[in-house]
Amino acid sequence: MTDATAARPTPSLLAQDNRTRHRNRAEVRFRAFGMAAMGTGVLALAVLLASVVSNGLGAFRQTFITFPVVLSQERLDPDGHRDPAAMARVTTFGYAPLIGRAFADHVAALGIETGLGPRAMAAMLSEEAPGQLRTAVLANPQLVGETITLDVLASGRIDGYFKGRVTLESAERDRNVSPEQLRLAETLAQAGVLTTRFNQNFITAPDASGQRPEAAGLGVAILGSFYMMLVVLVLTLPIGVAASIYLEEFAPKNRFTDLIEVNISNLAAVPSIVFGILGLAIFINFAGLPQSAPIVGGLVLTLMTLPTIIIATRASLRAVPPSIRSAALGLGASRMQSVFHHVLPLAAPGILTGTIIGLAQALGETAPLLLVGMVAFVREYPAPLPAGLFDPASALPVQVYNWTQRSDPAFVERASGAIIVLLVVLIFMNALAVLLRRRFERRW
Amino acid sequence: MNDLQVTDPTVQTRALKISARQVDVFYGDTHAIRKVDVDIADKTVTAFIGPSGCGKSTFLRCLNRMNDTIDTARVAGKIRLDGEDIYDPRVDPVQLRARVGIVFQKPNPFPKSIYDNVAYGPRIHGLARDKAALGGIVEKSLRRAALWDEVKDRLGAPGTSLSGGQQQRLCIARAVATSPEVLLMDEPCSALDPIATAQVEELIDELRRRYSVVIVTHSMQQAARVSQNTAVFHLGELVEFGETGQIFTNPNDPRTENYITGRIG
Ligand SMILES: Nc1ncnc2c1ncn2[C@@H]1O[C@H](COP(=O)(O)OP(=O)(O)OP(=O)(O)O)[C@@H](O)[C@H]1O
Ligand SMILES: [Mg+2]
Repeated sequence: MTDATAARPTPSLLAQDNRTRHRNRAEVRFRAFGMAAMGTGVLALAVLLASVVSNGLGAFRQTFITFPVVLSQERLDPDGHRDPAAMARVTTFGYAPLIGRAFADHVAALGIETGLGPRAMAAMLSEEAPGQLRTAVLANPQLVGETITLDVLASGRIDGYFKGRVTLESAERDRNVSPEQLRLAETLAQAGVLTTRFNQNFITAPDASGQRPEAAGLGVAILGSFYMMLVVLVLTLPIGVAASIYLEEFAPKNRFTDLIEVNISNLAAVPSIVFGILGLAIFINFAGLPQSAPIVGGLVLTLMTLPTIIIATRASLRAVPPSIRSAALGLGASRMQSVFHHVLPLAAPGILTGTIIGLAQALGETAPLLLVGMVAFVREYPAPLPAGLFDPASALPVQVYNWTQRSDPAFVERASGAIIVLLVVLIFMNALAVLLRRRFERRW
Repeated sequence: MNDLQVTDPTVQTRALKISARQVDVFYGDTHAIRKVDVDIADKTVTAFIGPSGCGKSTFLRCLNRMNDTIDTARVAGKIRLDGEDIYDPRVDPVQLRARVGIVFQKPNPFPKSIYDNVAYGPRIHGLARDKAALGGIVEKSLRRAALWDEVKDRLGAPGTSLSGGQQQRLCIARAVATSPEVLLMDEPCSALDPIATAQVEELIDELRRRYSVVIVTHSMQQAARVSQNTAVFHLGELVEFGETGQIFTNPNDPRTENYITGRIG
């Protein structure tokens, strides 16, 4: 009869009591907060992507002008021997008038009234055109004397007109382009002589100087970044994993290892430019490695990436339950066997993810590379591996930085285009990380 | 002659397998085991009983130096296996553990296939000449652990996909597969139903023909059924050690009597 609970009326399950209502409201508030936070993040990402894509997609399309050129022998090979050494004496200045005249003739032949002088006509073509034609002719001397159809880049301003960057009004105030040239370009586009289409040279061609944005490409930068990533991968993975395994599984836990642990965490937080200074002092000034070379950039990025990979690897080693180690040791496995047979396979997905995240970080790193000379203007492709590691090269993020520094607004488009390439590579790498992780994890 | 011993459950003077003298174990500042003397005879089952937290697992782990893997643990005293000090600096614990196997209190199968779980020990110790021999060892071990019938059709399935009790038996099979001279079992039947328990007890009885077995158990009946000797622990001390029959019928120490009759623990 003194039972207190019996005296209380049984609460209905159909109505929430005060406590439950309070808790549920707190949960709803928290969820709304979380969704708002996520929404902000997604919005920021969307704006960023939209701006990069809208600015940069144009870099993958380029305006070309197509017309026939007579490769006259008297100009290009006065001796008539088709000897490349002798022909090489004709510089690009020998080719330029040839192209300019051919373009003017073709326009005249189409019956288009231009009112433009030959110099203004030639200025519509890229300054890169004579060089490209010369390279083609030297590579194939038999072309001399023939008439070939030339497909040359239009100058950056003409190209900008078709991408909306240049208008008739802006051309009035522009020394590099006139409204007449733009009108002619419009007419040529209608005549089919001038076309805007996909330009794979943006991916494969080397950088070009500030006056020729239309010819600038990412070839050297992509190759340089690729070489550096190889160096980073080959060095960080074994060193990082070995160091982590040693620290996590074998090293005695004492003051000294504690100190190392703290320092590794600190290294991960060191500004990347410090690694650049270190690389400059050690690899270039002390070890005498060449400047601007992917090997130096790769070594610097290795230093920068190692702490990240060590921290990620140790975390995934630590996540393996100790009972697995006990099980192996209890069966008479050595410590190394327990690590390599049981712990490492379980930690592999985490190690892999950490490595790829570290590589992605290294791929996007700019500051330390500036210090070791990767910012140099490089037009020569580095040689194939391994010699190419010592040739000058550029890197994708440095190329972005480089292009944003140039005055011609056409380079803004190219910089955004380079960012798109960088992002695509990063997305690809992260997708690979997810894929590999799934594969490894699916086994159990 | 071994058959004789099975049919005759009374204790005879058998060769000494492990002798522990004045063993102390510390976890940091915690004194978990105090001055324990225990003799484990060959071809005998020795049971460790006592209330939870009294140090049975701790002492068991000393016998194959599994405590080495716990950073804070420190062991003092002498433990001899066949007369050799197992804590001698020249002893490689890896070699020791191949001879003194252990089944842990919590089942810990490898996240590999059932087959690989059992085959792992024989593989690293080179016990099987070829694949067929290894398969034979795996089957025999699983049969002895009373698991074969349940898993024979899915040896490739992950060991972690088994039920708790099956995992426990898998761990027993895994330990048995390396043919240790001494098998330490920490509450091997805690997750098992009466049928599987009976099968494991049968296995223990069978192992006793060739090896010595040390079993930690919370079941008085089990200790009485399977063991010849019993050690009673209480708060890190060895309260009493002797023949199982004597411990259960005529204990010397009042704490033993209290524990057995259920007044403490
Ligand atoms: N790794 C460890 N670190 C610190 N203290 C420990 C550790 N393992 C055990 N202990 C302590 O040692 C004492 C004995 O523990 P142990 O696990 O040996 O008990 P037990 O007799 O096996 O108990 P149970 O029957 O519950 O398994 C306990 O007080 C426990 O808190
Ligand atoms: Mg225990």
